[in-house]
Amino acid sequence: MHTTQALAAATRRRQWRGRALAYAALSLGVLVFAFPIWMTLVGSTHDVGSIGRGDVPLWFGPHGVENYATAWTTGGAGTRNTFVVPASSMLLNSALMAALIAVGKIAISLLSAYAVVFFAFPCRMLAFWLIFITLMLPVEVRIIPTFEVMVNMGLTNTMAGLTVPLMASATATLLFRQFFLTIPDEYVEAAKMDGAGPLRFFRDVALPLSVTNIAALFVILFIYGWNQYLWPLLMVNDRALETIVVGLTKMIGTGDSQNEWNTIMATAMMALLPPVLVVVLMQRWFIKGLTETEK
Amino acid sequence: MASLDIQGVTKSFGVTPVLHGIDLAVRDGEMVVIVGASGCGKSTLLRIVAGLEAPSAGAVLIEGRDVTPLEPADRDIAMVFQTYALYPHMSVFDNMAYGLRIRGLPKPEIAARVQEAADLLSIGQLLERKPRQLSGGQRQRVAMGRAIVRHPKLFLFDEPLSNLDARLRVQMRAEIRRLQRRLAVTSLFVTHDQVEAMTLGDRLVVMHEGRAAQVGTPMEVWSRPADTYVASFIGSPSMNLLPAALAEGGHAARLADGTLWRFADGARAGGDGREVTIGIRPEHLMANGADGIALTVELAEPMGSETVVHGRLADGTALTARLPGATAADSLRVSPDAAALHVFDAASGLRLDPA
Amino acid sequence: MHKKVIFRGVALPAALLLPQLVITGIFFFWPAGQAVWSSFLREDAFGLSRQFVWFENFTDVLTDPNYLTVAWNTAVFSASVAVLAMGAALFLAVQADKAIRAATAFKTLLIWPYAVAPAVAAVLWLFLFHPQIGIFGRALNSAGILWDYKINGGQAMTLVIIAAAWKQVSYNFIFFLAGLQSIPKNVLEAAAIDGARPTRRFWTIIFPLISPTTFFLLVVNLVYAFFDTFGIIHALTQGGPGNATTTLIYRVYVDGVQNLNFGSSAAQSVILMALVIAMTAVQFRFIERKVHY
Repeated sequence: MHTTQALAAATRRRQWRGRALAYAALSLGVLVFAFPIWMTLVGSTHDVGSIGRGDVPLWFGPHGVENYATAWTTGGAGTRNTFVVPASSMLLNSALMAALIAVGKIAISLLSAYAVVFFAFPCRMLAFWLIFITLMLPVEVRIIPTFEVMVNMGLTNTMAGLTVPLMASATATLLFRQFFLTIPDEYVEAAKMDGAGPLRFFRDVALPLSVTNIAALFVILFIYGWNQYLWPLLMVNDRALETIVVGLTKMIGTGDSQNEWNTIMATAMMALLPPVLVVVLMQRWFIKGLTETEK
Repeated sequence: MASLDIQGVTKSFGVTPVLHGIDLAVRDGEMVVIVGASGCGKSTLLRIVAGLEAPSAGAVLIEGRDVTPLEPADRDIAMVFQTYALYPHMSVFDNMAYGLRIRGLPKPEIAARVQEAADLLSIGQLLERKPRQLSGGQRQRVAMGRAIVRHPKLFLFDEPLSNLDARLRVQMRAEIRRLQRRLAVTSLFVTHDQVEAMTLGDRLVVMHEGRAAQVGTPMEVWSRPADTYVASFIGSPSMNLLPAALAEGGHAARLADGTLWRFADGARAGGDGREVTIGIRPEHLMANGADGIALTVELAEPMGSETVVHGRLADGTALTARLPGATAADSLRVSPDAAALHVFDAASGLRLDPA
Repeated sequence: MHKKVIFRGVALPAALLLPQLVITGIFFFWPAGQAVWSSFLREDAFGLSRQFVWFENFTDVLTDPNYLTVAWNTAVFSASVAVLAMGAALFLAVQADKAIRAATAFKTLLIWPYAVAPAVAAVLWLFLFHPQIGIFGRALNSAGILWDYKINGGQAMTLVIIAAAWKQVSYNFIFFLAGLQSIPKNVLEAAAIDGARPTRRFWTIIFPLISPTTFFLLVVNLVYAFFDTFGIIHALTQGGPGNATTTLIYRVYVDGVQNLNFGSSAAQSVILMALVIAMTAVQFRFIERKVHY
């Protein structure tokens, strides 16, 4: 049996090491997650020559405003890249697409969840399962035939074609259904006694109660929509409709070291800033949204 | 040498003080019950003894050894939690064997100890079950079994009966007492229930706002409470506390309405007019036709062999009396058993004994 | 299943369900059905006629050594991403769960990479590892290691794995943290009193109790590695060099969009569909098993 002193000393050491490890690991983690962003941010403020030569800068340079302005207005000088689209147009497309997907998905899911929970009708469970199955297959798996359907409907290169098919999946419906099930029966009974019909109840009771869930889902879905890659890649070859995530990779092409890297880096920063801002500013809703949709 | 020695333990969470210097020496094999209302610091004190919290100042000694800087694992103690805290993913056997396996005991000895504890607690048939398959009472026993197999120097109980229904609580109370006596392990038991405290403890520590208001045997605490808090906390229904002033040279007290109650055990210091609080337990009031104080009955609770009468005096002060038999009157006169009168200083609440 | 107190009527709920059912029908069931149907067809060389060939597409695909290489790539890729992303996240979650100052700040800083698109994440890592302009790429080359992921298949795979895992750690971190915080504190205190030091407590108590979370994340991470990483591969290596970084989903794209081999692409899609359904079904079955306290 060790002496009390030895045990006490061991305890102190152990506690100190535990805390030190926590700080070290977390700091390292934060660095690892920030470093790539940092380098890109720094790179976006230098001129194309120094980057192309390989003088990798670790601190900001003087060309920041210039680069962002170029990226924003023209997407590059066009001397080296074959893909030149102003970031302003791409950002707008991405924002519109993400917002439409988020809003659209939330809207139709609210309606469907409401129908499934507050009514009883034949084939109710069938309808529910049909919607539920969509969880099983991510869009990438049915990508080619879905693309064909879009071609047949003439919806390629349209904002509608970009957004509507992505509104199909069931995560939002499940979340709202779960939530509606927790609304006490007494609310419905009271509403009925007050003479309210189902639509009025939806507008005056169910919807206001769902606001937090809607906010949480909006964050998740906006990011989901903004970060879409394969679908816009297939659907869009009209440069006016290009989204920024796909546009960015097209700018890089095969990664030729002769690319206009500074403009590309500026574009990359702009591509990731909006969703990151949304997450950081709405962090609590974001986490709620994530953990609730997976139940 | 005391089996457990708590010396000047103080604790603050940030700027909020929770314990103001607790001193307590627990004898070997003694069961000390720490009792008090929520927020009085009793659980914090227990957790400091366990090593789950560190004191802001003071020391904890177990069998003369200063364990204050040590982790719980090195203190050779066992604890029974209010929520039982069984390992949900392990069987009852594994729950009890966990601590022994860590200490590297050989398998046969582990099996023997677990069986011994299981027999003691009548849970032998539950050894292969998981906690979620057990009732509250069974889980409680397993929690105790986990503590017993360790053969620790100290048992700590953190309100273990609070989550049980009333009947089970009474039954488990007796079992815990029997077990503790049989195993003769020094024990610290925390509860907010004064009945549990009175029935379980060799000695009580009544805690109030981070201080030990009184330390003593159940009878001492009941018959000679150290202040008005202890007086009203211990005993049910609570002791009546009436404002009064000393009279007749300190040999009596005059109540607000002028009634004079004489003490049976001597004069209190301070002279006539000194403001005091008189304490008299409901069971020490007698229905006295002529001599007593007038009580208007608001509510009479028939308990069978006696009636608990809640009422008001002429000046509006509430008074409760426990009277034998059935009482149906709207008003009565009650007078105290003079030998059972308690006198407290009105300002500090501290007990005043005969000078 | 549904509420006991409900509204009457059939027309209204039908109308409410219509939008989602229509969209699901047109953009989910119809294409999915098409994919299955196409997988049984083969086009002739001129794209003029289609022939029903039963399972020929499937056997062709499954016996193609190229496909098997791609399947192997996918397995290696997915396993590596899952292990890396989950291991790092669990480690960080355990550290973040300790009561240290600035824990909240650390958590915020570790969460935001989730918002970065996989393709953008790939671009960021490309900047770091580009043989000519990347800080690590150049460092490796000056240190004597011939670093060029455009030529070296193993290096390409490594880079793609790092980029994919980097992005996924945040998601896993959030769930692991929630899982850790759902373990009752008393149970851990009881273990401490029983004599278990922090490491033993982690492996014998904490890790078993978060197994539902771990299992759930494993399936999510595998699905992510199988599908969502398309953007990373396309942006960074386009499946190359050769097919060193081609995964099953990337091959579906290549065969369907670039090679215009619809039958084969459809068959591959169907195989992937079966895989995903199996994975999600397993996930739903096992999520039912919860640990009760």
